[in-house]
Amino acid sequence: MPMNSRKKGGVPLAAVPMYIWTLLLVAIPLIYIVGLSFLTKAQTWGVDLNFTLDSYRKLFTPSYLKVFGQSLYVAVITTIAALAIGYPFAYFTSRLPKRARSLVLMLIIVPFWTNSLVRIYGWMILLRSQGVINGLLISLGVIDSPLKLLYNFGAVMVGMVYALIPFMILSIYNSCEKIDWSLVEAARDLGATRMRAFWSVTVPLTMPGIMAGCVLVFIPSVGLFFISDLLGGAKTMLLGNLIKNELLVARNWPMGAALSVAMLLMTLGIITLYKRMAGDKELEGLL
Amino acid sequence: MKKRIGTRSNSPFAVLYIAIILVLMYLPILVVVAYSFNDTKLFHWAGFTTDWYVKLFRNRTIIEAFWNSLKLAVLSSLSACVLGTMGAVGMSKRHFKTKGMLENLAIVPIMVPEIILGMAYLAFFSLVKLPFGMLTLVMAHTTFCVPYIYINVKAALTNMDPSIGEAALDLGASPTRAFFDITAPIILPAILSGTLLAFAMSMDDVVISFFATGSETSTLPLQVYSMLKMGVTPEINALCTVMLGTVFLLVALSSLLKAGRARGKQ
Repeated sequence: MPMNSRKKGGVPLAAVPMYIWTLLLVAIPLIYIVGLSFLTKAQTWGVDLNFTLDSYRKLFTPSYLKVFGQSLYVAVITTIAALAIGYPFAYFTSRLPKRARSLVLMLIIVPFWTNSLVRIYGWMILLRSQGVINGLLISLGVIDSPLKLLYNFGAVMVGMVYALIPFMILSIYNSCEKIDWSLVEAARDLGATRMRAFWSVTVPLTMPGIMAGCVLVFIPSVGLFFISDLLGGAKTMLLGNLIKNELLVARNWPMGAALSVAMLLMTLGIITLYKRMAGDKELEGLL
Repeated sequence: MKKRIGTRSNSPFAVLYIAIILVLMYLPILVVVAYSFNDTKLFHWAGFTTDWYVKLFRNRTIIEAFWNSLKLAVLSSLSACVLGTMGAVGMSKRHFKTKGMLENLAIVPIMVPEIILGMAYLAFFSLVKLPFGMLTLVMAHTTFCVPYIYINVKAALTNMDPSIGEAALDLGASPTRAFFDITAPIILPAILSGTLLAFAMSMDDVVISFFATGSETSTLPLQVYSMLKMGVTPEINALCTVMLGTVFLLVALSSLLKAGRARGKQ
């Protein structure tokens, strides 16, 4: 029991089951993936126990590098767009009266809880050629024939930003709420313009939230294969789609594993960079 | 309380901006709900109907997938509730060298991109020859549910005044008694809201389930995914509306819990 163990200073017994679970179902499978990535694809099914760096060598061929590039590009654009749209939203929300503030926050959290497929499907209805937006534009006489809104890069971006923006909004909001407004007031009293006070006081004060939001949007955005599948018509190949195909279509497990390891390293790199810049606590505080 | 000078200076533009983003957030959801009552397979509005709901409830595959999802979410959020709560309680009072590292380890499942965890399960469960199905799904879902409960309970324990528990001990309560009489009631709302969040995450998961299940066991999100890929039938709209309704109910429940907790603090 916790109270007891504090006095005696023994092992935190209550935490043992969680760590056994984590060891068996997180640590070992992930280590196994790393091991797999150095093996050879078997002729028929599974892997042969031959050590090789072939999968990693293949990562640096143009076709794989292209997907990596495209995936990073999508992730970067998604993050920038989510920041550009989410920051004003979070900032304005934090300045609302208390009642309205908690209402808006709740309205942001609810879609976050609803099935992401359902919400992506909603965009399919809106964007397709006989869909709501085209129907509206035609009946208003703005256009004559339907625009091609679905199954392209733009649709994927809309879906990505839409699915991930709550992370950005919530983490920036957390920072905005902690702002000591008297600092902003002081800057104004000392003669700073509204813009200047915003850029030199408010933005630096909310930097932890901005960074946490960027990490929380960037990391999942490389892996959400179903969004590019459904909205991009599988034309926009992301890292997530590639891993899925290597596993289930090409059945090349070592290659899939090598891609996962590369993605894992990238994720770890981003988190480490973030921790060095922002300290430990922000990511956890969000959840 | 500090005076918020920001509170007063919100321009009409700010309010308009918030409203526009919220409308964009809810538009896709509302469209799905509206189309679930549309009396045609096509895309124009043809009058109100509840036919798609009747069809939906007669669709055995969907109903089966729904029960699978529900069973899966209940089993994994409850197992995660036990593991995560015990984990947070066990780790709360301890200060030792590797504590920071161990705490990071506990939240790895939600920091790693889902697809990597999914791939890891596909490979690992094949290696240990576990048959893919409900068992592997529960194991995978429990794993990513644990951090949600762990983080919630840990936060509640951090905010708790440690002197309350100490007072109970000083008054002669056994540590077990002190835990169940003092600590447990205080962290209960956090345990419940963490479990609800885990439940919702399990009901929502596509990526990990995609890899961690076999051909025979489908979950509701997987069913929706394959239906969307195959082609659109209006039953999906009805199904999505039902799923939305469930989530709204859950959110209402959890915000009631939160309100209760806030009142408790005062």
